[in-house]
Amino acid sequence: MSARLVVPSMLRSCAGGAREVEVSGATLRAVLDDLAVRLPVLERRIRDERGVLRPHVLVFVDGVMVREDLDAPVRAGTEVLIAPAVSGG
Amino acid sequence: MAGAIVLVGTRKGLVVARSDEGRRSWTVDPMQFANMEVSAVGIDQRRTPARIFAGVGAGHWGPRLSYSDDLCQTWTETEEAAIAFPEHTGAALARIWQIQPSLSEPDVVYAGVEPHALFRSEDGGLSFSLVEGLWQHPHRTTWTPGGGGACLHTVLTRADDPQWALVAMSAAGVYRTADGGASWEPANQGIQAVWLPEDQRFPEFGQCVHKVAMHPDRPSRLYAQNHFGVYRSDDGGDSWDAIENGLPSTFGFAMVVHPQQPNTVFGFPLEADGNRVPPEARCRVYRSEDGGDSWVGLSAGLPADPYYAAVLRDAMCTDGADPAGFYFGTRLGEVFGSVDDGDSWQTVVTHLPDVLMVRAAVLP
Repeated sequence: MSARLVVPSMLRSCAGGAREVEVSGATLRAVLDDLAVRLPVLERRIRDERGVLRPHVLVFVDGVMVREDLDAPVRAGTEVLIAPAVSGG
Repeated sequence: MAGAIVLVGTRKGLVVARSDEGRRSWTVDPMQFANMEVSAVGIDQRRTPARIFAGVGAGHWGPRLSYSDDLCQTWTETEEAAIAFPEHTGAALARIWQIQPSLSEPDVVYAGVEPHALFRSEDGGLSFSLVEGLWQHPHRTTWTPGGGGACLHTVLTRADDPQWALVAMSAAGVYRTADGGASWEPANQGIQAVWLPEDQRFPEFGQCVHKVAMHPDRPSRLYAQNHFGVYRSDDGGDSWDAIENGLPSTFGFAMVVHPQQPNTVFGFPLEADGNRVPPEARCRVYRSEDGGDSWVGLSAGLPADPYYAAVLRDAMCTDGADPAGFYFGTRLGEVFGSVDDGDSWQTVVTHLPDVLMVRAAVLP
């Protein structure tokens, strides 16, 4: 099934400038695995090589933040939004 | 002689300065990798044009390695991650600390990273593999991080022996291989770990080495700046002796050898670990011309007292040319250069974010 991954502005260069990327998968993990095939540079901005979400990356699935739960279900038309946490210096 | 290029990795981006032939007049490019920590820069002069590497910490988005084949006009990141820990390690790349082309193998490039690990590329730096011999070392699980992290920050190779390499790690110490990386032995005999109980200050490993430097034509002689302690080895690291006469402090980070004079070495002492400023707040480079047996402070052209900024372990370098240029950058975002072996210094660029790394070359 196909979902929409919304790319934050500072990562759009990793997606050819696209604001959204079409991804497939029944869970957030599967969606990110699919992204790793389609756009590996973008995917590794979000997860490290172990498949762990980077500590200051936020992921919202249809508006609900799923910080640790990579098994969160994804349905057709789901919006997966990637955002940087308010952190840094 | 062509002009020099000086690459300044800062906490918030990369700054490239380019000089005239005299290396006294500089133009500075706009900052690149904006808002990203440029923790490592490497210049592979075996290629024409030189290949330049940048280890970049992209904040929220993790570390990465980029390279440029047009002297920093454009940058490329490989589709697959150039440096990534294999799955069996359970580790993830936290920071790139060092990028070092081999002196003996044409397409080999080494990368030192955090957590403590060495990576090796055999395709000119496009893809790297973990050096398993070091990762599997039985000491590794007992290595502790230094204040800057669990970093492998120094990689030295020899032109005459591709099987030999030396790495330095905080706070694990110096390790060497003589079999191309398959096995590694600690090489810290004579180096103190001053924070340990008095009767335990010379351990086999666990020293907090900050930098090791070597002249490529005299690989048996090594210089080391430690977390308190400046040392020389005349036997390739088998043993070390203190070389501290004339230094205002034995604490510091940087250590650079003159490219034409193996007995001439430069450092930038700091007061102490608990007070990381120049001694007496005086901005001074210290130079020895006798292998560290004596040192003299150099300040002509450097900022007036008081000066409270440190020079980090990779923020001092030479361009390797003849005559040599020397450069260093401070945590106040100032970079200085000398073309007379440190007797006098000129400003290269100022008003930068704090400087993490400086690398330079004179390119055709």
